[in-house]
Amino acid sequence: MKKVTEASQAVAEAVRLCRPGVIPVYPITPQTHIPERIADFVNNGEFDCELIYMESEHSAISAAIGSSAGGARTYTATASQGLALMHEILHIVSGMRLPVVMNVANRALSAPINIWNDHQDSISARDTGWIQLYVESSQEALDTTIMAFRIAEDKNVMLPIMVCLDGFTLSHVYEPIDIPDQKKVDNFLPKFTPLFKLDPKAPVTMGPVGFPDTFMDFKKQQQDAFDASLNIIKKTNSGFKKDFERSYGDGLVEGYMLDDADYVFVGMGTICGTARVVIDTMRKKGNKVGMLKLKCFRPFPEKEIIDSLSKAKAVAVFDRAVSFGHKGPVFSEIASAFCQAGKRPVLHSFIAGLGGRDVTLDHIEGAFSRIKKEKLPVSEWLM
Amino acid sequence: MLEIRIHGRGGQGSVTAAQILAISAFHDGKQSQAFPRFGVERRGAPVEAFCRIDDTPVHVRSQVYNPDLVLILEPSLLEAVDVTAGLKKGSNIIINTSKPIAGNKLANFKVFNVDASQVALEIFKADIVNTAILGAFAKVTGIVSLKAINKAIDERFEGRPRIIEMNKEAVRRVYEQVN
Amino acid sequence: MVIKLNPGAVITTPGNSVENKTGGWRSLRPVWDKKKCTQCMICWTYCPDISIPQKDGKRLETDFDFCKGCGICKQVCPFHAIIMEKEKK
Repeated sequence: MKKVTEASQAVAEAVRLCRPGVIPVYPITPQTHIPERIADFVNNGEFDCELIYMESEHSAISAAIGSSAGGARTYTATASQGLALMHEILHIVSGMRLPVVMNVANRALSAPINIWNDHQDSISARDTGWIQLYVESSQEALDTTIMAFRIAEDKNVMLPIMVCLDGFTLSHVYEPIDIPDQKKVDNFLPKFTPLFKLDPKAPVTMGPVGFPDTFMDFKKQQQDAFDASLNIIKKTNSGFKKDFERSYGDGLVEGYMLDDADYVFVGMGTICGTARVVIDTMRKKGNKVGMLKLKCFRPFPEKEIIDSLSKAKAVAVFDRAVSFGHKGPVFSEIASAFCQAGKRPVLHSFIAGLGGRDVTLDHIEGAFSRIKKEKLPVSEWLM
Repeated sequence: MLEIRIHGRGGQGSVTAAQILAISAFHDGKQSQAFPRFGVERRGAPVEAFCRIDDTPVHVRSQVYNPDLVLILEPSLLEAVDVTAGLKKGSNIIINTSKPIAGNKLANFKVFNVDASQVALEIFKADIVNTAILGAFAKVTGIVSLKAINKAIDERFEGRPRIIEMNKEAVRRVYEQVN
Repeated sequence: MVIKLNPGAVITTPGNSVENKTGGWRSLRPVWDKKKCTQCMICWTYCPDISIPQKDGKRLETDFDFCKGCGICKQVCPFHAIIMEKEKK
């Protein structure tokens, strides 16, 4: 069904269609509309699930461990300080290989207090062992949330996933979406069968101590699962295309006007939409510009990035987060990916849109003209 | 692409107006996007909401800086905020007011005065003009049809038949006010 | 012993601590004086290793396969019915 609605509603529709059994959740701006819409579905009898209002994000993600370990498909959502409060438990979810799916309505971290969008929250949770997918539109938020359950629960993956959507800039925007049929989603997303579950009739031990003789082996298993997930994400994206006639690049990265582009914008999330408009305008004037949208940040699709960018003359990497004392996190990882590559473009770093600072058409067009002129790498904050 | 800015006060339903406009445009076969000025909403404080309408999907995610049209839900806002900021010269301004705005503050623009408050007071017994003023938008621009606005009202206020009827009536009457 | 490393470190054979006999850790040995013992069962309650078996509400001889010789039973016994002696190996 096609309708104009809020991105948070789109996400809630996706969650309902995926039929998680348990949703432990705690509200925080700008994620709040997502659990509110889910609660509407539950209260209207449109969605049968155990929706549990926890007393904090720490408790919400801890309860998610319990329910996922118990064999239930489990979902939650958070943002900003909430994600930060979850931090220690995030490692436990991934270490226990529990395929929890969580939406993050990306928001800045304090101080100063700021409720608006940037990526500092999820980027700061980069190394917690969660797959991270970033989305550009309401439709992509909906579709990616559905795909996330299938990727996470794949027996070769069994990793939790954050589906990150820009707080306010996307979460509070009304725009047209297509809500898939329940039957089609049921067909796309098989019933969750856990590898192991807590069951009094067939007891197992979860969360034991891992001595030095085994701990590292478990960590290697996680890393191997991340490696395997690259392919599973691609396959899930093409499977989604077959069933729903929509897809997002190869599932990891998405190129726009990239084939013959000399100058390329790289970003994650909603700024990619704005970049499309800039590219359209500049192309009309004969500029060979294009975009590489990074949809998947973890696992980091190194090969796909090198393949997509090696023909370009210069690349402007936009980060909506900072690694203080260093540079933009996406920038540094792309730079490190190219370290071993033979041919490489000049890589420029732009920090933009922190704490809701608007990223305008002018910012992106300005970055394009800047990297066209500069011979040496630029590292700049777009204020 | 048409970019619309709505000025109101917290609690007047500016955001809902932008949403209904986006839904209406979609029912007329167009693409649309609606969003508030993201902030800390407080009752009575000046607020803004935005709507973009186009024939092709709307990709831009930045704020609206140069609107093509401004809707003003209350005349006192003219004293509080710069309602013409970034507005392209000669653009339409639709304003809810009981008496035409004096002075040449809006001289560079095409101003449509509608008394949506009067209509709202008669219908709702309250000064709620956020849907009513969309009638004027439909008449002035022709970009969304009355039929589409009605459909959007059905959708937005689903399950509340009396509210739906009153809103449709308000929209129709303000539509007819514009010459 | 080869351990199967299940993803997420799940142990599918729980209760396997019985295979791990900890009696060898003991340097002090609890010696139970049945004559002084009133069968109050306080030692049975406190033993952290479930190494004092019981039958029909009465304690039996310490299970030396698992007793680590921590001495808690001696400490809590109100009747001084347990003493700790150096383990003879």
